[in-house]
Amino acid sequence: MQALQTQIDALISQHQNMPGALLPLLHAIQDNVGYVPESSYTHIAKALSLSVAEVHGVVSFYHHFRTHKPGRHILQICRAESCQSMGSESLEAHAKKCLNVDYHQTTTDEAITLLPVYCLGNCALSPAVMLDDEVYGRVSAADLDGLIAEAKA
Amino acid sequence: MTTKVYIPRDSSALSMGAEKVAVAIALEAKQRGLDVEIIRNGSRGLYWLETMVEVATEQGRVAYGPVKVSDVASLLDADFLNAKPHALSLGLTEEMDWLKKQQRLTFARVGITDPISLTDYIAHDGYKGLKNALALSAADIVKTVTDSGLRGRGGAAFPTGIKWKTVLACEAKQKYIVCNADEGDSGTFSDRMIMENDPFVLIEGMTIAGIAVGATQGYIYLRSEYPHALVALNAAIASATEAGYLGDNVLASGKAFNLEVRRAAGAYVCGEETSLLESLEGKRGVVRFKPPLPAIEGLFGKPTVVNNVISLATVPIILDKGAQYYADYGMGRSRGTLPIQLAGNLKHGGLVELAFGITLRELLYDYGGGSATGKPIRAVQVGGPLGAFLPESQFDTPLDYEEFTKIWAVLGHGGIVAFDDTVDMAKMARYAFEFCAIESCGKCTPCRIGATRGVEVIDKIIAGKDTVKNIKLVRDLSDTMLNGSLCALGGMTPYPVLSAMNHFPEDFGIANT
Repeated sequence: MQALQTQIDALISQHQNMPGALLPLLHAIQDNVGYVPESSYTHIAKALSLSVAEVHGVVSFYHHFRTHKPGRHILQICRAESCQSMGSESLEAHAKKCLNVDYHQTTTDEAITLLPVYCLGNCALSPAVMLDDEVYGRVSAADLDGLIAEAKA
Repeated sequence: MTTKVYIPRDSSALSMGAEKVAVAIALEAKQRGLDVEIIRNGSRGLYWLETMVEVATEQGRVAYGPVKVSDVASLLDADFLNAKPHALSLGLTEEMDWLKKQQRLTFARVGITDPISLTDYIAHDGYKGLKNALALSAADIVKTVTDSGLRGRGGAAFPTGIKWKTVLACEAKQKYIVCNADEGDSGTFSDRMIMENDPFVLIEGMTIAGIAVGATQGYIYLRSEYPHALVALNAAIASATEAGYLGDNVLASGKAFNLEVRRAAGAYVCGEETSLLESLEGKRGVVRFKPPLPAIEGLFGKPTVVNNVISLATVPIILDKGAQYYADYGMGRSRGTLPIQLAGNLKHGGLVELAFGITLRELLYDYGGGSATGKPIRAVQVGGPLGAFLPESQFDTPLDYEEFTKIWAVLGHGGIVAFDDTVDMAKMARYAFEFCAIESCGKCTPCRIGATRGVEVIDKIIAGKDTVKNIKLVRDLSDTMLNGSLCALGGMTPYPVLSAMNHFPEDFGIANT
């Protein structure tokens, strides 16, 4: 816990003098730690001359930021219209069933956190999913099984 | 002799296995002792053919696709490095019908060059626009952009030159250029393609904008869902800075322009310019009241140009070839070209840049090849989640801002999503409300509360409860949202809802009226 805070404090001092520092700082924390721990809010608030409520308000406003540790991999399934037109609804149902989780939940083996996403910009190759930083197009249920197996390995 | 092989690094190409194909070709060629140089170019935008591999020949590049890893050995067996025929042969890339008929101005280099090579950019007419701009007065640069007829490609279609003129006229020590790269509309990917496949053209466009209005700092507000664009932009900014195209003394002109990429965080509403500025300032992306206009009081309260990626990336060719050259394309008040994105249930999805005026039908069938599922196309949504659904009877509408306004639709950012006849339009209307409820910033009541009430009422309609009464209620609610919302999110959600209801009443359990 102490080590985590030290790591976050270092990121705070790297970013605090940027104009509009809060979002870049939150990204840096989530990139490095995997999430934005609520315990860090007081430190962030103090460094940026904000109230803790303001920090909480910003973290909770944006879908990208999370306040709890995710699984080892993040699987995002696109829910937007283009993917819907190519059957993403059944892909979503398939993912939830295979992983035995709903959106925003992590599998019991902590391998995968499942998230919805609204467009990955891969709309010519719908339906699309993203596993960590990689996008996959024209994804079938079998393709998804393959990705899940790879992530769980 | 070394053979040049082009394999895209675009993320849609990667989504079809381009990375694995590149590795396989390199490995297989090495094992066979063949001398191959692999160049990771951008995608040509014929996405159904990805991974599309091209080989350089004396006649031009020859394409093969869609290539899978399992095809690599047979391609080499067939001697594709010498452009010999194979089952996946597509012929000369430039002669492919889909590409040949396009009018690529903004996308002139996309798919041709190595996106992060400054040398390649310059060799393909890059930075000619900036050089011309540096020889002009600020007012003349703005006039050139105004005369070209360029209108905001993000969706609002406001004349770019007029926006610049307002910022130029403001007296301030600090001004900003902000690029709206929060491309959140489903069915759109042209911003992503520019940023991944020709990032320098955006950088050049922003630099010209900075020089024109006297802004020394630029920010690209990039959606967090585009990690590959982030890498490409940062690499390009670094080499442009190193070569003196960015920095405190741009090309020794004595003018400064610095550029930084800032990551968004997954809020759709931040594509709205004032909410974007709040977010850049490190706050919740809550929409601001207008006035003041961002051009007068924008980022950190300073005069700010906020333009979409495509608008800014179109500026270099206008400054290179002149306002008239650009304005000669198009129809009516829609001048120039529009990078159109064909998406959803289409056989041939991808990027088609054409002058305004082409009809939806030509795009859907001549370019799109009809539906991917082989069923009839029943509806298309143009302009993202806030765009209207159009039935087959409106497919002959030409792409033109004013023509779309006439049929109560929008062109938006040029994304076209096709649906086949299995689509349930009541479900799509429900989704429009649901999306608005999820993404509302919460500042104004019509959007915050209206969207949630909308989902509830549509659920009743779907369940067949008091249909006539509830349809009337949705119309009333839509009227409130249309006229009472602070920004386009609440204000345009009625477009998909009402268009679905008007054009496909049978899906709502009501007779065709």
